[in-house]
Amino acid sequence: MGQIEWAMWANEQALAAGLILLTGGIVGVAGQFKDWQFAAYGIDGESLIDICLLEYPRGKRKNKGTSIDRMGQRYLTICVKAFGPLTRNYFVRAGLHAVLSIPGGFMLPTVLGCVCVAIASLIYLLAAIRGEQWEPIMPQVESKQRPGESMKEPPSNPPPRPPRRAPEETARGCCICQPHSHLCQLCLRAPPRGQCDQGFAQSNNCCRL
Amino acid sequence: MGNWVVNEGLSILVILVWLGINIFLFVYYYIVYLDERFYYTRVLVGDALSWARAPAACLNFNCMLILLPVCRNLLSFLRGSCQCCSRNITRQLDRNITFHKLVAYMIAFHTAIHIIAHLFNFERFMDAQLEQNETIAYVLSQIGNEDNSSYLNPIRTNETNPTFVAFTTIAGLSGVASTLALILIITSSMEVIRRSYFEVFWFTHHLFVIFFIGLVIHGVGEIVRGQTASSVLENKPNICATQYKDWGKVPDCPIPQFTGNPPMTWKWVIGPMVLYVFERLVRFWRSKQKVVITKVVTHPSKTLELQMKKKGFKMEVGQYVNLQCPSVSQLEWHPFTLTSAPEEDHFSVHIRIVGDWTQQLFEACGGEKKEFQEAWKLPKMAVDGPFGTASEDVFRYEVVMLVGAGIGVTPFASVLKSVWYRYFNNDTGLIPKKIYFYWLCRETNAFEWFADLLQSLETQMLERGNADFLSYRIYLTGWDEAQAAHFTVHHEEENDPITGLKQKTLYGRPNWENEFKTIAGNHPGARIGVFLCGPEVLAKSLSKQSINHSDADPRGVHFIFNKENF
Repeated sequence: MGQIEWAMWANEQALAAGLILLTGGIVGVAGQFKDWQFAAYGIDGESLIDICLLEYPRGKRKNKGTSIDRMGQRYLTICVKAFGPLTRNYFVRAGLHAVLSIPGGFMLPTVLGCVCVAIASLIYLLAAIRGEQWEPIMPQVESKQRPGESMKEPPSNPPPRPPRRAPEETARGCCICQPHSHLCQLCLRAPPRGQCDQGFAQSNNCCRL
Repeated sequence: MGNWVVNEGLSILVILVWLGINIFLFVYYYIVYLDERFYYTRVLVGDALSWARAPAACLNFNCMLILLPVCRNLLSFLRGSCQCCSRNITRQLDRNITFHKLVAYMIAFHTAIHIIAHLFNFERFMDAQLEQNETIAYVLSQIGNEDNSSYLNPIRTNETNPTFVAFTTIAGLSGVASTLALILIITSSMEVIRRSYFEVFWFTHHLFVIFFIGLVIHGVGEIVRGQTASSVLENKPNICATQYKDWGKVPDCPIPQFTGNPPMTWKWVIGPMVLYVFERLVRFWRSKQKVVITKVVTHPSKTLELQMKKKGFKMEVGQYVNLQCPSVSQLEWHPFTLTSAPEEDHFSVHIRIVGDWTQQLFEACGGEKKEFQEAWKLPKMAVDGPFGTASEDVFRYEVVMLVGAGIGVTPFASVLKSVWYRYFNNDTGLIPKKIYFYWLCRETNAFEWFADLLQSLETQMLERGNADFLSYRIYLTGWDEAQAAHFTVHHEEENDPITGLKQKTLYGRPNWENEFKTIAGNHPGARIGVFLCGPEVLAKSLSKQSINHSDADPRGVHFIFNKENF
């Protein structure tokens, strides 16, 4: 399991937990349960901070290339990035979540949210122990060079052909390789005489791999 | 114009029936708890009782359903015995994972309603128990203080709080455990986690065992109470409710007796649980069968081919197997498409080396070493399967369009090889009269082994003089400036003078509109199977094209779209 980034799962768990905590808080307030004031206030406020600011922007994956960001997370990424090491370090996040979960334990509607946030905190602790860090997903600079501004789409048809010329040598070559162009369609390089420079040997008039 | 019903109709019907049953159960059980028997319960908690019991019924139904789509062996068995059924029905079995997800969302939804309603119940029961004055709530809560069986209010003392009660009743504790398991399962099943860190998803998903145990014991405490049948006859709520102060003192209104509902969930889920246990046993037994690696081939671009033999192994085209290598990992099973044809004496898979497990497997099979490996040095493998997928249906259509994008070309290796063998054996049972094959890839380097296969096929067909049977196009969608220069300078002939075939390697993406139009024009009135193994975006595009180019007239041409997914 070498390539797992626990922080990714911790992030999903924390986001879900924040929502659950929020729902519990709303139920507590709307139903006017006992103790609703001090628990619900803290919870609604804290879970909002939790969800909106901290957990919504997804971090960048360390190992593989593509990181999928959530819709509209760009602005929050900037906010979260501004806190520097406080948000980058997962030990801090683990501690923060652990502390935020405590007020949830005081009334029944928010107990579930409390336990879920605590679990997220534990997973973040695991991520932190393994040395993971939160990296922001910044918008990519378009670095690929498109050949020529006029070509917007890759060609969908083969290029036009000049008129046929008489074959200079006996028709030898690959059934895939075209004898006149000496272009092996598999390696897309012009093979030197008799052999593809990719090492594809020719035999029986066919490119064999 | 399209005939959307042909392609999607049965799936929509299944979903509507399922939703209909959910709605029916919800409404029915809501009304059940508006009955006279629960009059006094509703005095204490109001509508929250019905709002809690109705989703509970839906939860029973959905938890029964959720285990069924993941019984792979059962589904394969149904598929196999459904050969006589219409293609439409077997196609529904392809969408088992989609259905599993839908049912899971429904379970999450109903769990949320159920929990919120019970939060109100707990709070109101607590309020009733804390009553000081002699209200009906107070009187009702006091019932059953002497004996422990005929009480109404499950909270028996006023020196507690709802949180404490939740964690000290069987229902509360099992509910919390099940819900936690459910939440962990759902967060680790998010697409991001599932696609990148499969192990987290797979291992966490086994928390469903806790979920089901919690579910079954949830009702054991029988804390949802209603009047006993005999008590309703003696103490009629609509008459006696107002005289609560005189219960027991007046002959018309004795003290009401209450009892709980026995647990019902086990009746719903016992069947699927047994089936699932059976499924896992079958998987285990199959994995214990001896599998021998007969040949290991390393292909360029990090592809490993394993040829194996197993006694009694039977496969169809386009199926996949789950492989396990105990020396690499005891617990991990990974799916791979079979790339050999059923007519061969071995079965093979082509494995791309992209992660931990595949890398270790490569090394275990001596991939790094150049010299010949002894057969006994090769690792033991375990194989579960084969499991059927959409490609099995390829031979049931007259005309087929096969589209493989990138690594999605692998199931078609099996199909095409099988076509080759049947051709070789002059198999008249070979139903497809024409195969159109589209191979989309950035570059063919990663799949040279497949290009090799195509060439062999082509030679075969040429020798038979039926070069038109298989028409294939390779589309290279990745290109850069250097290649573009090559294309213009080194043009290719339209017809290869040796083979006489139109072997165009085309650049960029195919124009599906044109392709579908041409094929529809070539085969009017035929049922054309469109098989895709590739990315979602392409699936949507092809699906739309299939619908658009299908005739509304049942005698016209129909494109039936099938998608493989991994």
